[in-house]
Amino acid sequence: MAECHPVGFQWVMEAKARGATIIHVDPRFTRTSAMADVHVPLRAGSDIAFLGGIINHVLSNDAYFRDYVVAYTNAPVILREDFRDTEDLDGLFSGFDPDNRCYDNATWQYEGLETQAAAGQRDQERDQEYDERTRGGAGVADAARGEAHGSGGAAIAEGRPERDPTLRHPRCVFHVLKRHYARYTPEMVERVCGVPRDLFRKVCELITANSGRDRTTAFAYAVGWTQHTVGVQYIRAAAILQLLLGNIGRPGGGILALRGHASIQGSTDIPTLFNLLPGYIPMPHAHLHEDLDAFVQAQAAQKGFWGDMRAYLVSLLKAYWGDAATADNDFCFDYLPRLTGTHSTYETVQKQLGGVCKGYFLMGENPAVGSANAKMQRLGMACLDWLVVRDFSLIESATWWKDGPEIETGELRTEDIATEVFFLPAAAHTEKDGSFTNTQRMLQWHHAAVEPPGDARSDLWFVYHLGRIIRDRLAGSTDPIDRPVLDLAWDYPVRGRLAEPDAEAVLAEINGYGADGRPLSAYTQLKDDGSTSCGCWIYCGVRADGVNQAARRTPGRDQNWVAPEWGWAWPANRRILYNRASADPDGRPWSDRKTLVWWDAAQGRWTGHDVPDFVPDRPPDYTPPEGARAADALAGDDPFIMQADGKGWLFAPSGLVDGPLPTHYEPQDSPFINPLYGQQRNPARHLPPPHPDNLYQPVGSEVYPYVATTYRLTEHHTAGGMSRWQPYLSELQPEFFCEVSPELARERGLEHLGWATIVSARNVIEARVLVTERMKPLTVDGRTLHQIGLPYHWGPNGYSVGDAANELLHLSLDPNTHIQEAKAIACDIRPGRRPRGRHAPDLVRAYRERAGITDTTGTEL
Amino acid sequence: MAETGERPRVGFFTDTSVCIGCKACEVACKEWNAIPEDGLVLTGMSYDNTQGLGADTWRHVAFIEQRKPVEAPVDVFEAAARADAGSELRWLMASDVCKHCTHAACLDVCPTGALFRTEFGTVVVQEDICNGCGYCIPACPYGVIDQRKGDGRAWKCTMCYDRLGVGMEPACAKACPTDSIQFGPLDELRERAASRVEDLHDAGVTEARLYGADPDDGVGGAGAFFLLLDEPEVYGLPPDPVATTRDLPSMWRRAAVAAAALAAGVAACFVRDGRAR
Repeated sequence: MAECHPVGFQWVMEAKARGATIIHVDPRFTRTSAMADVHVPLRAGSDIAFLGGIINHVLSNDAYFRDYVVAYTNAPVILREDFRDTEDLDGLFSGFDPDNRCYDNATWQYEGLETQAAAGQRDQERDQEYDERTRGGAGVADAARGEAHGSGGAAIAEGRPERDPTLRHPRCVFHVLKRHYARYTPEMVERVCGVPRDLFRKVCELITANSGRDRTTAFAYAVGWTQHTVGVQYIRAAAILQLLLGNIGRPGGGILALRGHASIQGSTDIPTLFNLLPGYIPMPHAHLHEDLDAFVQAQAAQKGFWGDMRAYLVSLLKAYWGDAATADNDFCFDYLPRLTGTHSTYETVQKQLGGVCKGYFLMGENPAVGSANAKMQRLGMACLDWLVVRDFSLIESATWWKDGPEIETGELRTEDIATEVFFLPAAAHTEKDGSFTNTQRMLQWHHAAVEPPGDARSDLWFVYHLGRIIRDRLAGSTDPIDRPVLDLAWDYPVRGRLAEPDAEAVLAEINGYGADGRPLSAYTQLKDDGSTSCGCWIYCGVRADGVNQAARRTPGRDQNWVAPEWGWAWPANRRILYNRASADPDGRPWSDRKTLVWWDAAQGRWTGHDVPDFVPDRPPDYTPPEGARAADALAGDDPFIMQADGKGWLFAPSGLVDGPLPTHYEPQDSPFINPLYGQQRNPARHLPPPHPDNLYQPVGSEVYPYVATTYRLTEHHTAGGMSRWQPYLSELQPEFFCEVSPELARERGLEHLGWATIVSARNVIEARVLVTERMKPLTVDGRTLHQIGLPYHWGPNGYSVGDAANELLHLSLDPNTHIQEAKAIACDIRPGRRPRGRHAPDLVRAYRERAGITDTTGTEL
Repeated sequence: MAETGERPRVGFFTDTSVCIGCKACEVACKEWNAIPEDGLVLTGMSYDNTQGLGADTWRHVAFIEQRKPVEAPVDVFEAAARADAGSELRWLMASDVCKHCTHAACLDVCPTGALFRTEFGTVVVQEDICNGCGYCIPACPYGVIDQRKGDGRAWKCTMCYDRLGVGMEPACAKACPTDSIQFGPLDELRERAASRVEDLHDAGVTEARLYGADPDDGVGGAGAFFLLLDEPEVYGLPPDPVATTRDLPSMWRRAAVAAAALAAGVAACFVRDGRAR
């Protein structure tokens, strides 16, 4: 966190100054470790074993917060009799279909509820065309349905689940959890993670001693946690732990995702993702949802605030299509694109290679350096008809066709590449108005300080004027395919010499308007009859009273400690989500020390320091009547108001495609056989179609004996587009290097500041060597494991140059999110520079031959 | 000289115990003062590719990877059995800067008056007056001030004199995310630093100590002082800096005495000679 989020880390330092204990778990000793009280080096890719070990410690030592767990989680809920755990099936859960490599989650359901199909498969009719386009529906399961729950939980079937508040029932979630994690002992953690058991116990004791009524513990993870074939399950494991310890919805608790860019939270809220509409409304699937009502019927939860999805969606459609959207035409619901499967960034590369995707916009993204298996990205772009790159400088993604690594090796020839490449300079954030949404879901407005230089323009300018020009070209068209574009409400005021669209007009559209044309102030005002419009329901209120609430900058000293007048946080300016859980079931704070919101019986309302995340006048003892739906179905002690049952999910009956409980599987590339189960890897991991440049190594291959992990340095930003062209940043970290321990340097003859060649089953790169004790060999499964650190900022262009670490990576993806496994790969390292020209691919081939790699190696279940 | 005129003397307190090594100070300093980039060199000195203060580096973050002894087990055999149990890895980071000495030798030796003491009690080179004679460079006991290549003039931290003039804090202190670099009236900073050392000692960080805070040291106390977690040498700082011009008055006094004695002797010779004649 100190490395990649130095500004946010000031709050960690402030907590430390007030006596907080900082624990840093990371394969490397980083700038964060330097500030931490305890540093725990572990094997990259073993975090679920580590977190599972803590869960086991909490459960077997009765260190969980019992009152919280019984009242607010699904621990007491009884599961179906036919559910089978990994304990029963040697690493698989019940419902696995080995042919399609996916789970049917029917057996994961609560006892007493109707059977519920897997997430995203609640389709009714199928026809031949649909089957063809979606591989018999399997493509739909692939389509990242789990990700559609960024602001709430997945749907479950109707009915009241059976509960045992004593937690004694052998099939209650609590017991299933306890049994599932029983084998994650300190000895097993030591064997899998390479963390000595004494150090592990120390971490367990520190965390449990700092959790409960009076104290809370927070987890912060960098998005590297998501970059594994089991990435979502990493986060789930932390969520289970935090729920057991009562650390969710309470001050000082939570799980904080430290985003990789200034507004990555914002770009999932109002998404740049293929499978989501603004506010985490799922993108409809082809033929799955014939019309608006069928879509809402299938997607909206029966209980909680997702129950009002129709109002959110209709208001969104009104924001998109304005007056053209009417009740008679289903508010233009048919204008929305439909998914036929996954269209993630890596799927798009496959489509480029296959000639299906012919045009590509890269806006502030440098996949030729920043994406996994960068070579595949370049090969894909070489198949395009056109490519538009908008960035500050001529990044590698704009010039690979003339000076990329494949030109050097002869694998591509410039004269053979037909892609027409357009480079358009982009404005920096200091040159445009707009908002950043940070990990706390807080929007902070920034004002342009200067006009962009030369031809540089903001993204808003580019998208608005591109849309305007396309609409001009299509004007008068009678082709129905052009209607969605022509009917768009595309009228933003522009300003100044550059005709820059007014960013605040966009914010106003996102905030939404009521029937009277006045700005809305809360999403609870949204209607499903077309009388309201709102570009993103969770952002409703950001411009309440016509005031840009995100631009507020009242200093902390002039307001309470929650600081509600600094920026604006969705939803409803709430700073801590699910904060009903900060009070006990009777509505009283769990302790004086951890007071946040509480029930004021005299006034008959929830009140407190933060905006209560609950129905404002719902008493703690409220029981919903039979047949109540949406928010009305929430009981007075259901704090997780976006969850289909109002409870925190220790066990996830739906929403995930790879299991209801996090389970340790080995990374795709691993030098080790899974010590925990017969099942080696995540059985549902997403493997793209075989490609000769995306091969996998065999399990435990001695040809690739080391584990490499990629990361960022404070001095550079992601793929380098914003930093490697800056002299002041480049001189601070002037070139690509790898970090190795003195022991590995001795073993392989690597010299400090000399060159090293690093080879994976995909590619070969070279790096300068930093020998440092900050890299520590670990003892894993009885043998010494060396890990190699690879900062991934560099590429051949710019002022500071080097090979791209991401050349080494494979495309074996998390099945829920289609995110690459960047944080744990296997490789070899040898002294000296890498071969040049065609000798480089020759070396990679020689390694593959020695390892016995074929098209199918590593693709087994 | 605690004050110059009505204004309190200002300075930096750099608390290295909370420095996270982000180098924002280095970049903010270069940006604000338009200092040239001075070369892309991978030094291999941990994450320090800046190497030291100079004409083109007015803030420098040092990175020191070291093994720190921990309480050794009483049983020596047990200690021997646990390979590295006797020490733990420590990564020290510290942002260095011009000390803006109370007794500033650079200022003493400057023949043109380019170096001067500002109304804030800081020491600044006026770039339009400096003639590049370079006397100040060997005069600095810390090796801070330096001549710029191809320019010849001497350059160093101005404590952002232009920013102070309009009531802003220096760029490095503004950019520091953890308040490792604190700017303010020197008296206040010294008080705050003393209490920080006490807190650290109470927390068991017994190695915390101040460097440059003592008005009785060899430079009369620094306007930019530090909280360190090890000996100054570990950070590349001189352990006992002395203003190189400190002994000049007494040297001149002695020289004067010697000269007077010599002159008296010579005169005496003439007198004696005169008598002999």
